[in-house]
Amino acid sequence: MDKIIVENLYKIFGAQPEKAMKLLKEGHDKESIFEKTGMTVGVDNADFAIKAGEIFVIMGLSGSGKSTIVRMLNRLIEPTAGKVLVDGENVIQMTQNELVKFRLHNMSMVFQSFALMPHLSVLENAAFGLKLAKVDSKKRRQRAMQALEQVGLAGWENAYPPELSGGMQQRVGLARGLAVDPDILLMDEAFSALDPLIRREMQDELLKLQEEHQRTIVFISHDLDEALRIGDRIAVMEGGRVVQVGTPEEILKNPADDYVRAFFRGVDPMNVISAGDIVRDTHPTIIKSKGGSLRATHELLSGSERDYCYVLDARKRFLGIVSSESLREALEGGALDSPIDQAFLDDGVTVNVNDSMQAILPEVASKNWPIPVVNDQNVFKGVVSKNRFLRTLHRTEESMEQHK
Amino acid sequence: MFKDKLIPLDVWVSQFVDWLVDNYRDFFQAVKWPVEQTLNGFDAGLNALSPFIVIALLALAAWRFSGKWLAIFTIITMTFIGLLGLWEDTMTTLAMVLSSVIFCALVGIPLGIWAGRSDAFETGIRPALDAMQTTPAFVYLVPIVMLFSVGNVAGVLATIVFALPPIIRLTSLGIRQVHPELVEAAQAFGATNWQVLVRVQVPLAMPTILAGLNQTIMMALSMVVIAALIGAGGLGSPVILGLNTLDIGRAVIGGLSIVLMAIVLDRITQSLAQKKK
Repeated sequence: MDKIIVENLYKIFGAQPEKAMKLLKEGHDKESIFEKTGMTVGVDNADFAIKAGEIFVIMGLSGSGKSTIVRMLNRLIEPTAGKVLVDGENVIQMTQNELVKFRLHNMSMVFQSFALMPHLSVLENAAFGLKLAKVDSKKRRQRAMQALEQVGLAGWENAYPPELSGGMQQRVGLARGLAVDPDILLMDEAFSALDPLIRREMQDELLKLQEEHQRTIVFISHDLDEALRIGDRIAVMEGGRVVQVGTPEEILKNPADDYVRAFFRGVDPMNVISAGDIVRDTHPTIIKSKGGSLRATHELLSGSERDYCYVLDARKRFLGIVSSESLREALEGGALDSPIDQAFLDDGVTVNVNDSMQAILPEVASKNWPIPVVNDQNVFKGVVSKNRFLRTLHRTEESMEQHK
Repeated sequence: MFKDKLIPLDVWVSQFVDWLVDNYRDFFQAVKWPVEQTLNGFDAGLNALSPFIVIALLALAAWRFSGKWLAIFTIITMTFIGLLGLWEDTMTTLAMVLSSVIFCALVGIPLGIWAGRSDAFETGIRPALDAMQTTPAFVYLVPIVMLFSVGNVAGVLATIVFALPPIIRLTSLGIRQVHPELVEAAQAFGATNWQVLVRVQVPLAMPTILAGLNQTIMMALSMVVIAALIGAGGLGSPVILGLNTLDIGRAVIGGLSIVLMAIVLDRITQSLAQKKK
């Protein structure tokens, strides 16, 4: 479901935006319009939709218009033309009162420079939006404390922002955004001012929060690694235009133009493509039962071309791996027919669907069997074989070669 | 060349002021009234209070905003002024300074906020502020006397004209110095214009506004002697009297008392501004 729809959105900075709009429609580009009129085209015909519950990253170099776009979503910057629909309602046509109400309840924002109020305590900062929304003081305190706990700042509520490190200040900024419990969170280069280690920590924190409570997050970034790491989908901007929108894999495999390609050059596809993207359901599985299954499984394997079988419980949760060899050894050793656990391979480890190819490489390379892939609930999703792994790698590299 | 006066600007100005006095007497009386009431109130109050209480109050303020050293300094200084025999004049001067500062703040802070939020207003008001600060005070003493007659009230009004610019300028500066992202953040969370002003801009501009208030107090004190020329009482009168009669001793104790009082008021208001940071 689309939460935010941006339609033909334009922003011209300058005295006579109509004039620049006319030139733009006549096919003049950003540079020639600036030469002719001195006006800057900030955003040129942006058109995209953001799905409910996804992290949508808008990425581009500085000056590409990404910060302008995000500020038009809550009208901190008034668009020159176009529509921004949030839950079907056009933000651009809201009256000042409606807009204030909309900002109070539906959309909050996290800023690159943190933008905390230095004269307010951490708790008062976290409660800032609630106070504007006239939430009573007891409830305000409770919700702000809860938000501070969520970002790991319990115990700091009486400190003042200048006393905190950059990373902690941005946690306060995040808590302020979360406290009003918005459906939509706008994050304008929220982690760009932090040093790399803290930035990664904050990205993980955000992903964790997102797992607990799915909000629609619009995240502005100039950092490709960050975009790939946290983005469900990415919009790439250049010179005020949105040049491509897609999942990281889509953009990586099929860049829209040279600009996007240049942007993504040097990105290792192994970091972008996850185990879940290449998992295949090619190997036999059996459900562990109370009765004997050693012999039955052995029969199953010797009747197929496969050497390995994956044992699941009744809810398809992964239990272990058996091979025809391990089964035979167990049977020859005179074991009873049950349980099947006695034939499990010693290091039958699993990988998560979200792990990157890079992360699963050691497992894939070191084991003789295809690596089982599970989700967060340990439910079996399929396997990744060496063959599959190498073929994927080969194909993406080939496609990148061709486009160069 | 230039032997004959071709532009009789002086005549025009005189005619204009005469016309103002004739036609707008009521208006100027209405302006004068609140100032007069405030000044008389302060003057009567401060002179009615026992010097001990006044010194104690000043010392208390010094102790609250700064510390015990400033409090001790305040007690010694004010006692010294009293021992010079100038206590009554000092209280009159203090009343004049307080009245002019109150009116400067009442008029100056809102104008400064407006100038801080509107480039057009800032541009428009700047030449007026420059004129108020650079025009020698002697020049506008004449029209002030014509409009308001002589005395303490006229002295306070002249002081207001002179001391108003710094508080407007510094309030505007303080508002402009608030980081735009903080204003943006407040707006993003649904703050109205008024809420942005009272929750973010004014609290953050407060140290600068207080610095402006400090400047205004200092300028008001520097007008004390000039105001005495148009019949205002207080510490300016011994100086003027000393000047007219070549009584150097009298002029010096008057001047010294002004300086000492300036130091006390300056330190107290400065530490107030520091504390707000």
